Amino acid sequence: MRYLPLTDGDRRAMLAVIGARSVDELFKDVPASARLAAKVGGLPDHQGELEVERAFQAYAAKNLSPSTAPFFIGAGAYRHHVPSTVDYMIQRGEFLTSYTPYQPEITQGTLQYLFEFQTQVSLLTGMEVANASMYDGSTGASEAVLMANRITRRHKALISGGLHPHYRRVIETAARWEGFNAACAKPDAEGLEDLIAQVDKETSCVVVQNPSFFGHVRDFAKLAAACHAAGALLIVVVTEVISLGLIKPPGDMGADIVVCEGQSIGNGLGFGGPYVGLFATRDKYVRQMPGRLVGETVDADGKRGFVLTLSTREQHIRREKATSNICTNAGLCALAFTVHLTLLGEAGFTRLAALNHAKACELADRVSSLPGVKLLNDSFFNEFTLRLPKPAAAVVEAMANRRILAGVPVSRLIPDDPTVDNLLLLAATETATEHGMAALIAGLKEVL
Amino acid sequence: MVQSLDRSQGRIGGGAADTTAGPAPATFTGNRALQIEESLIFEMGQPGRCGVDLPEPPKVKDRLNGLRRSGDIGLPGLSEPQVVQHYTRLSQKNYAIDMGVYPLGSCTMKHNPRINEKVARLAGIGDLHPLQPVSTVQGALELIDRLAHWLKTLTGMPAVAMSPAAGAHGEMCGMMAIAAALEARGERAQRKVVLAPESAHGTNPATAAALGFTVKPIPANDRGRVDLGALKAALGSDVAAIMLTNPNTCGLFESEIVEISQAVHEAGAFFYCDGANFNAIVGKVRPGDLGVDCMHINLHKTFSTPHGGGGPGAGPVVLSAALAPYAPYPWIVKDGETWRIAEEGTKADSQPLGRLKAFHGQMGMFTRALAYIMSHGADGLKQVAEDAVLSANYVMASLKDVMSPAFEGPCMHEALFDDGFLKDTGVSTLDFAKAMIDEGYHPMTMYFPLVVHGAMLIEPTESQAKEDLDLFIAALRSLAERASSGTAAEAFKAAPRFAPRRRLDETLAARKPVLRWRPSNNPPEGDPMKQAAD
Repeated sequence: MRYLPLTDGDRRAMLAVIGARSVDELFKDVPASARLAAKVGGLPDHQGELEVERAFQAYAAKNLSPSTAPFFIGAGAYRHHVPSTVDYMIQRGEFLTSYTPYQPEITQGTLQYLFEFQTQVSLLTGMEVANASMYDGSTGASEAVLMANRITRRHKALISGGLHPHYRRVIETAARWEGFNAACAKPDAEGLEDLIAQVDKETSCVVVQNPSFFGHVRDFAKLAAACHAAGALLIVVVTEVISLGLIKPPGDMGADIVVCEGQSIGNGLGFGGPYVGLFATRDKYVRQMPGRLVGETVDADGKRGFVLTLSTREQHIRREKATSNICTNAGLCALAFTVHLTLLGEAGFTRLAALNHAKACELADRVSSLPGVKLLNDSFFNEFTLRLPKPAAAVVEAMANRRILAGVPVSRLIPDDPTVDNLLLLAATETATEHGMAALIAGLKEVL
Repeated sequence: MVQSLDRSQGRIGGGAADTTAGPAPATFTGNRALQIEESLIFEMGQPGRCGVDLPEPPKVKDRLNGLRRSGDIGLPGLSEPQVVQHYTRLSQKNYAIDMGVYPLGSCTMKHNPRINEKVARLAGIGDLHPLQPVSTVQGALELIDRLAHWLKTLTGMPAVAMSPAAGAHGEMCGMMAIAAALEARGERAQRKVVLAPESAHGTNPATAAALGFTVKPIPANDRGRVDLGALKAALGSDVAAIMLTNPNTCGLFESEIVEISQAVHEAGAFFYCDGANFNAIVGKVRPGDLGVDCMHINLHKTFSTPHGGGGPGAGPVVLSAALAPYAPYPWIVKDGETWRIAEEGTKADSQPLGRLKAFHGQMGMFTRALAYIMSHGADGLKQVAEDAVLSANYVMASLKDVMSPAFEGPCMHEALFDDGFLKDTGVSTLDFAKAMIDEGYHPMTMYFPLVVHGAMLIEPTESQAKEDLDLFIAALRSLAERASSGTAAEAFKAAPRFAPRRRLDETLAARKPVLRWRPSNNPPEGDPMKQAAD
């Protein structure tokens, strides 16, 4: 077995040192009734690398790869070009096969890139401080609500109808089992929602998304002011982080906590994970933050170095009084994010955002000229909502039969509301081509 | 044992260790050969530099509702070669499994095969969108189901929830399922207590408390196992569950596990097993045979998905028949020859507890874990557990005369020592660990579990060759002997001396947190870049 270095001779020699006759003797604390006499039944034996690779190629061949089809899907996960340097860097064994930097003297590489990551996230979101990452945007949003509940000592979260439906479900699940109230507004496909009147003295936080799940771009400055007047916090979620290259950041709108799905930068689609959650807040709330934090310090020679810090918030120190149970987060995805963003820099990042917006503007103009198709957005970044003359799920399926990945029917994510049946979310990133757009338009003309 | 390593192989110095604590001579750059000092990206950038080439965006009238960003973001501009050099230099400041023994107890730092990385990146797997029509992702759903089948079979459990993103997230999922089952029985308000050994991972009490349970510690006996009498006394109609790691955090198998699970079930409570240490028993023991109701599996531990500097992980949770109906969305089902995803809106005859995460779980980790599992097969996985346990016992047996084992008898996959052998030497567990760094090793887990004074938890895993274990053992013996000499405390306190950094001031970091770079941050004194610019 290629991964196991011990030979039978080694094993015998080691048993002799231990003073045991067999390996099974080392398992004597396992009750006899639970000890398996042989290997687990009904499973195949080991295989060589060639056989394993072939098996995965066979799985892959049963899927439609986005790199071979016109592609317009978003809804919380976006297809972007990731420079080769990114994947090369994250596969360096010193990064890939290291763990949480508990021993800072020999993990300065991880600690420094996380410090740089925290700084980049603070800058993008317009916030004062960011942590070293969460699992993803959806779990980060749920943690943000719990953090707001702790800070305000209140238990009612107001959830916008513009929030990604999966994020809403994750928050509702936490609410149900962790014991707080999540008041969810109706799906806001038209982007007309105004939650200000619903903010009251019991509200711990309001959770909004920008651009919204349906693509609308909104200014939340007035909502932030209303929240603050009522003693509540404003949580702004961003599921397409590239938008921050073009749109005013949540920090400039008065957000108290900003949570982003960071997948768009550095991380491939990967069928939904692993992704990377970005989590940023104000300095005054840092001790209520979940997750790992890296801070700057000096070593015994006075040289600058970095360490995990403020860990008295965390489960391994505080146990049942911790701010969260999170420990492993998304270190390597955070590395992919920070390498990609460093390659982009100010000029590349803002240009990438502008390219995305330009592609989406072109696509919106072209599809909304189709008969019976109505664009619901007067504002958007790289994704928008269309009302089709027939149910969107069937349209998307018919397009898939033509090998065109034509967006997400809203009913896939909001199955219990017939008013969304005809709504289709379409996204266009810098990867969209003229050929792909033409194929989409031609296909829709046939299918609609 | 006697160290008789073949020095002709050049594998061991064995010479008298230099215990003087003086600083090495300075260099102009601050670099020391391959150890290169590295600035922050924010100190390196120049406007006008960029590491990507993108086309000029066409001019369009923007549709941003008047919310265009004004002013600079503040991101530095670097060219591609600068970026490559920056991260390569940073990488060289890290210890990693790829470099050698990484005996971090409880973390299972085993070899990470590269075929796993390759298959996770295949077109048609790595580039799939989670919301593509299910007709276009049939192979992906089959892959997830295949991994689920392995996990269920290896654990002897009937169901698995695949979506949790890490072990702690899996704990949350499992404990929510227990809460849901209690709610269905009308006992949720009554059963508010979760029992957990004092030696438990911190995540266990953190998870239970987040769900509104009161955590009651149960003591260990002098053999490092749960005190069955004390457990039985604590069990009552107010107890929701026990959270137990098995093998436990002392590296020992809970020999009375069957009696424990019987007592827990007789009291109407559930048995949550923390599966962090599954590597010790994979392919040898099925947790389902022990009466477990749910257990998370850290794919990044037992099944080798890379630890990545702290994630991403994945924490699927296997569930007993009693808890299976409460599994969260989504899951995979097969209708005839067609795979489907059960998600919100799917008619189900179960009562899903909700949703833990957007989309369908950590697919990238599923792919890697399945590749690892297929490479080993049922035969190889059994060998994994045996070699991991053998290696830990070999380390234990080879060090027990110079260090102090916390408990008698064979261990499982981890060898636990206390700091008894350092008593009156002036050397602490921390000092000992830092001295290991100078010998070229990542230290073991320190000061955990909390129930053992000055704990040192060594998990060698199955991935190390005997020669490498022998050198590791010889190094630890040498350190233990130096520490016991009673004259080396100062040298230990000065360790590490050869790492990219010496000991860092963690108190300063916590007292005056600097959590990001700001333009006002001054470069450190004596910065050669600054001198060169001057």
